[in-house]
Amino acid sequence: MSAIDPTAIPHAAAHAAAADDHHDHPPHLAHHFDTPEQQFDAAKVGMWTFLATEILMFGGLFCAYAVFRFNNPDVFRYSEHHLNTTLGAINTVVLLASSLTMALAVRAAQLGQKKQLCILLCLTLLGGFGFMGIKAKEYYDKYHHGLMPGAYNSYDRAGNPEGFQEHVLPGILGAGGHGEAAEHAVAEHGISDQSQTTYDAAPSDPEDITPAHPAEGTASQEGQAPGGAEETVDDAAAQVELNQRLSRIGPSYVDPHAGQSDAAKVRPNFAATTGVVTSQLPESHGVTYTDLSVKEQSNIKAFFSIYFLATGLHGIHVLVGMGLITWILIRSAAGAFGPAYFTPVDLVGLYWHLVDLIWIFLFPLLYLIH
Amino acid sequence: MGGILEANRADVHRDNYLTHGKTIRSWAFTVDHKRIAIMYMVGVLSMFGLGGIFALLLRLELITPGPTFNSDPTASNNFYNQMFTIHGAVMVFLFIIPSIPAIIGNFVLPIMLGAKDVAFPRLNLASLYFWAIGALFFVYVLLSGAIALIFDITLPGGFGLDTGWTFYTPYSTSASTTGVIPATLGAFILGFSSILTGLNFIASIHMLRPKGMTWFRMPLMLWALYSTALIQVLATPVLAITLLLLVAERALHIGIFDPIYGGDPILYQHFFWFYSHPAVYIMVLPALGVISEIIGVMCRRHIFGYNFIALSSIAIAFFSFIVWGHHMFASGQSPLMNAIFSLLTFSVAIPSAVKVFNWLATMYRGSIRLVTPMLYVLSTIFVFLIGGLTGLFLGSLSVDIHFHDTYFIVAHFHYVMMGVTLFALLAAMYYWYPKMFGRMYNERLGQIAAIIVFTGFNLTFFVQFVAGAQGMPRRYATYEEQYHIYHIISTVGSWVLGLGLVMVLFNWVTSLKTGKIAPPNPWGANTLEWQTSSPPPHDNFKVTPAAGDPYALRRWQFVKSNDPAVADGWELKPEFRARLEAAGPGHRVDHRDDDDEDGGSQPAVPMPG
Repeated sequence: MSAIDPTAIPHAAAHAAAADDHHDHPPHLAHHFDTPEQQFDAAKVGMWTFLATEILMFGGLFCAYAVFRFNNPDVFRYSEHHLNTTLGAINTVVLLASSLTMALAVRAAQLGQKKQLCILLCLTLLGGFGFMGIKAKEYYDKYHHGLMPGAYNSYDRAGNPEGFQEHVLPGILGAGGHGEAAEHAVAEHGISDQSQTTYDAAPSDPEDITPAHPAEGTASQEGQAPGGAEETVDDAAAQVELNQRLSRIGPSYVDPHAGQSDAAKVRPNFAATTGVVTSQLPESHGVTYTDLSVKEQSNIKAFFSIYFLATGLHGIHVLVGMGLITWILIRSAAGAFGPAYFTPVDLVGLYWHLVDLIWIFLFPLLYLIH
Repeated sequence: MGGILEANRADVHRDNYLTHGKTIRSWAFTVDHKRIAIMYMVGVLSMFGLGGIFALLLRLELITPGPTFNSDPTASNNFYNQMFTIHGAVMVFLFIIPSIPAIIGNFVLPIMLGAKDVAFPRLNLASLYFWAIGALFFVYVLLSGAIALIFDITLPGGFGLDTGWTFYTPYSTSASTTGVIPATLGAFILGFSSILTGLNFIASIHMLRPKGMTWFRMPLMLWALYSTALIQVLATPVLAITLLLLVAERALHIGIFDPIYGGDPILYQHFFWFYSHPAVYIMVLPALGVISEIIGVMCRRHIFGYNFIALSSIAIAFFSFIVWGHHMFASGQSPLMNAIFSLLTFSVAIPSAVKVFNWLATMYRGSIRLVTPMLYVLSTIFVFLIGGLTGLFLGSLSVDIHFHDTYFIVAHFHYVMMGVTLFALLAAMYYWYPKMFGRMYNERLGQIAAIIVFTGFNLTFFVQFVAGAQGMPRRYATYEEQYHIYHIISTVGSWVLGLGLVMVLFNWVTSLKTGKIAPPNPWGANTLEWQTSSPPPHDNFKVTPAAGDPYALRRWQFVKSNDPAVADGWELKPEFRARLEAAGPGHRVDHRDDDDEDGGSQPAVPMPG
């Protein structure tokens, strides 16, 4: 008996192999799959695995959000008024609707309804454009208010003093002394609208941690009169420079509700994480800038960093999804999909649903919780 | 009797995957997993060479307690920082993480499944492209900086990197003046290669198993590759977002990692190690799978405790995700977290030990053939023992406080990463060399090189345990006189190790032309890749073989070669041939008659000449 040669084709199988070469197998069946069902199932396994990787990646970002929020809860309460909840809600509805049209498109592909498929894909694409358009408007508004991420953020007093003067300071001081904090200070403490507690009570000499009693800090305070634009700018600049020096010796916490004693005015608190205990504030009182500790004030810009990172990364994924939908649309118009083969439509649909799902998480976490 | 072997002599000239298409285009645009594996091999081993050169340079710097290359201490230290960063980053990202999955996994996985290719062949090619682009990018950034430093020139984009492969903040975000951003982006690109390869393997193992190959009838290599793929797919995206955040911090000062901008550097460490700890299991699991594959064959014994070994791979993958904090015992975590991570770290040692005990039981009363792959397998088990046990030392919270950031850590991870992964890669390369290239390597040279590599490795790294225990800090270019002797021994050991590895490479390259022609099954193994020719044809099998117990070695009998140019091999015993033919392609064969799990070993066979 001849030794077996595993590479030789047994007689029966040779016939089958020859037959295989001649019978027409489905055009989309790749050579390494046995049946179209196996190929489709493999594609689904692959796509779901890929979606899992995307979830893990955004998960890291959500983790960063959670850590930041846990460490700076009042920053979130303060910053949320910069986000336009209405626009965010419209975006949510737009994306949900586009997910619906996408699901219907997959169904149309399965049923071989080419015209419906193309229309529904167009509608999905339109939804994507709508989402990005509204996002662009939101980003533009942020740009207009000097709220770009990182070093360009107006809340970065030390790094971006011009931006701070231009965008944030007016809100605190108010035109004519009627800003939010000014009113708050007047109502709560009977302090004249010329002096802002946290802002002015920072010590004038970094080595001297005894505080600026409102009466003592007159030199810097008089310059705060909103009427004198040049003095405001000069003294605001000086104040900014001061705070810059102060931030290097650690955060100091000024309790606007504290008594008048020097010791209570300013106490260096290197472990300070929150400003005013916001639960003790009256219901109607939103968190204002001066309620935050110096540390939290310097962390406001991190809120915007997280906002831009999260929505930006999501936006990039929306753009990629739109590109994929365009590709599928072109192929659908050419009649590539039908009941026998609709895998690409299915997989792009899965991707789009994931993009929608991520937004469903982002929207409440950024816009709604405050 | 010589029919099979003579037929295979013709195989070398018959169309196989190497001869199927000879243009550069056919290689650059191939979707054949075997060709992709060979291209990975060339690239990954080149990166190993690059990382190795910097290791030798490092050790040369360390042979004297003061600066060795450059008399100016600051310049010397700056250069040293770049050297160990290049060594670490190239070895981790470009060599070890891809190594066994990309080279051995890509080549062997589809064939072990009796399939024609992986589930997504074009995605496989994309993985290769991502690796290559990331490698070019990364190596350019790192090397250009080092060269600019050495020769005092300015290269375009000559940034270099001196943060260590771990990119710890806040040094990497604000203080380092080197190319942190381009290097990070290079690592980001490389991550995609890892993710897509893992994705491919998961889909392949789920969907492409033949009839009869249930999950618990798969070769253990596939269990290992599956567990590795799970980690690749779940952990690498976290590295992706970490690197993106690092880039954003450095470029935009967003305030997440750097205290100057309001961030938390320990947060970076948590993010980084959440990926990097599972990553070390990406490095180790395929290596352990290789050992499981080879050891039974070389002892002529069915693997002992198949179910336990298979499930231990999954257990290691699971536990690897919950122990990352043990890299941060000295970073200021709360004592409670430290204690929890320490306890969990002990748990991850258990499945690893399960494997080692099963291997030992496999060897017991076996008839052991000390061919080169087996020498590396034995070396791996030995160094895994040392590396793994020292890992327990480091997992003990109190002990780690003393050992953290000393040479004890350096020695530990070199024992596990280099000792286990590299030795297992060498074992795998020698074991599957005949299958890949249709030639046998030179056995005598292989054995001598194996002994030199083993000796050099232990010389280099064992003394580092002692040095570390006595307080020699890591990443220091200069040190106290008391550590001098350890560094001398270690550096000399590195030369021995380098010599051995060069001999290995020489063996592989020259045997391509001068090696004996390999039969389909030179080792007498029963996994499906040995039932096709060496090298395999373009689509792997002429007829899909029947799946059965992957370790039923009794089916095979040794056949001596009459032709001096052709190596000895194994062929199926006649009684099994008939049963396989009757079962037909891809069908399961009743295993009860040939399962020798509780049997003794087969008789000893002569060593290959």
